[in-house]
Amino acid sequence: MRLYAIAVYLFLYAPIGIIILFSFNAGRHASDFRGFSVKWYGKALDNPFVMDALTTSLTVAFTTAVLASLMGTMAALALQRVQGRLRALYDGVIYIAIMIPGIVIGIATLIALVTAFNFLNPLLASAWPGGKPPRLNMGYASLIGAHTMFTMALVIVIVRTRIAGMDRTLIEASTDLYATPWRTFRQVTLPQIFPAILAGFLLSFTFSFDDFIIAFFVAGSESTLPIYVFSSIRRGVTPEINAIGTMVLGVSLSLLVAAQFLLRMKARQARAAG
Amino acid sequence: MSQPSDVEFVNVTKRFGDIVAVDHVSLSVERGAFFSFLGPSGCGKTTSLRMIAGFDQPTEGDVRLSGESVVGTPPYKRPVNMVFQHYALFPHLNVGDNIGYGLRQRTPQPPRAEIEKQVSETLELVRLSGYENRRIWELSGGQQQRVALARALINHPTVLLLDEPLAALDRKLRREMQIELQTLQREVGITFILVTHDQEEALSMSDTICIMHDGRIVQTGSPTQLYDEPINRYVADFVGKSNFFEGKVVEADGQGARIETPAGRTFAGRNPRDAASLQAGAAAVLAVRPEIIFVGSPGAGAPYDADVEAPAVIRNRIFLGEQTEYLVEAEGLGEVLVRAPKHAETQTGGFNPGDQVVIGWQAAAALALEDA
Ligand SMILES: Nc1ncnc2c1ncn2[C@@H]1O[C@H](COP(=O)(O)OP(=O)(O)OP(=O)(O)O)[C@@H](O)[C@H]1O
Ligand SMILES: [Mg+2]
Repeated sequence: MRLYAIAVYLFLYAPIGIIILFSFNAGRHASDFRGFSVKWYGKALDNPFVMDALTTSLTVAFTTAVLASLMGTMAALALQRVQGRLRALYDGVIYIAIMIPGIVIGIATLIALVTAFNFLNPLLASAWPGGKPPRLNMGYASLIGAHTMFTMALVIVIVRTRIAGMDRTLIEASTDLYATPWRTFRQVTLPQIFPAILAGFLLSFTFSFDDFIIAFFVAGSESTLPIYVFSSIRRGVTPEINAIGTMVLGVSLSLLVAAQFLLRMKARQARAAG
Repeated sequence: MSQPSDVEFVNVTKRFGDIVAVDHVSLSVERGAFFSFLGPSGCGKTTSLRMIAGFDQPTEGDVRLSGESVVGTPPYKRPVNMVFQHYALFPHLNVGDNIGYGLRQRTPQPPRAEIEKQVSETLELVRLSGYENRRIWELSGGQQQRVALARALINHPTVLLLDEPLAALDRKLRREMQIELQTLQREVGITFILVTHDQEEALSMSDTICIMHDGRIVQTGSPTQLYDEPINRYVADFVGKSNFFEGKVVEADGQGARIETPAGRTFAGRNPRDAASLQAGAAAVLAVRPEIIFVGSPGAGAPYDADVEAPAVIRNRIFLGEQTEYLVEAEGLGEVLVRAPKHAETQTGGFNPGDQVVIGWQAAAALALEDA
């Protein structure tokens, strides 16, 4: 039994361990360790293509996280007021959105957008008053849109859980103490749910930053870091790729740990106060 | 009524769907009074309080504060503050910021120094000086209770509402806080409206108690009135302990009635309210408080001219410190609860289960009441 567990963990983590190890390889071949060095990190960060892809990824991830946490929080707050069957319907739709495989979202978004663009572009061209008409195309906007759609559902679930765990009488206490509904929201509700919003932000960021499948379909001519890695691998795995992978892993893990910490801390505080 | 009233209910009804939580309640609370809603769980006490605070709106009828109707006025516009059952202190704010919360909502906002000054004065009032920077979860239950009280009192509301404020405290602390609350109320002169299902608490603190049952008011009066002149069996049972002997009215006049039990004994009782329902033939009860019944050795003679006397056997003895409670089996009466004060037991040394005794009472101290 123990052996079996060890085998499973080895199987899961050994490849990741090897990537990390070989990212510090002094030699130039991925499978041949020639001593310790960080030169590939420098190389990766000097590569304009890598930097380009990284900029795209960061921009998309940040915008996605901002939009998803804003809209997700608003949706979670609004859903509080919905009761009964309609509520069950919304809940169902949100959970389905989380469970749909990325590849389906990718293809569906692609088809939907292409259809829409094919319909809109001629209209736009004919309505444009002279000059070269703009063409709607895949790119930043479609990437951000697809990622936001998916991660917003995550934010809704996280924030809703926090709202449900919140003491309702706190809000009554605040209105009883002369605070208007808006002030109550700012001074009581928001501070109470803020850690959950931040956690949702970090998770959205991580998801968008790491995502390959959806991005592959809707990125158009843009290249995110995962797409860059995928396309360079076809030219062979270099320690530079390993270095990029390790950096991505480091960033993602620390964001996830931060999000977990925020959610835990809040639960602990609530228990201590209750 | 000499004082103007602070809170008035005019025929207030509150329904939640099919449930009638408050049923045609009319009442008036005098300015500066300590008023209590007392009743069993689910009788509509909290709902009544919430309608004063503004969290719930009456389905029918009118709620008035200082003579003005407040139906439809949101809670943040009412000059009323509430102490919640579980305190509802803001966990993300420290003690000082919790207490200053109400002042910070004012427009224009008072200067910071002014708020700090008032916070520290209010903390002194609830005997928590220097606790400004403590976190809420570092406080004990009693301290949290006081912070909740301070957070409400700092606003000098017209009316302070308290929903079972002491229910979460242990017995000894509860007793202390009862005295503190009462003293505080006299000091600040604000009308207090308390909700409780603890009759001892209501009796010891209030000027006026309103006894509720199933959303209706059964009786409103001072603690003494409720204890000495309950209008029916429900009130007599809820306020203090009583022995009840059921029967039928054989004759009644303005002063009292004679009640015949199924066993064939007739007892006289005073009727405090000249109840119209006490007509000959109607069902009624004789209520006898355990402390007005004497218990003595057979042949030793009654301490006073007893109108009712019966031989009895001690079944159980409960030592309560300042007095002793006996459960006795009396001939023709069944089980009777008797309370003997310490001074009455100094000679006899008290009784033990199995002892033969005599019990009795004076008719003037017994009550003939409606059986409701
Ligand atoms: N928001 C609500 N929705 C539906 N029913 C309610 C609501 N609030 C109260 N009730 C019902 O109204 C009745 C009175 O409730 P209320 O809370 O006023 O009782 P209470 O006297 O305070 O009881 P307790 O001593 O248990 O607190 C109960 O039957 C309760 O179930
Ligand atoms: Mg209640």
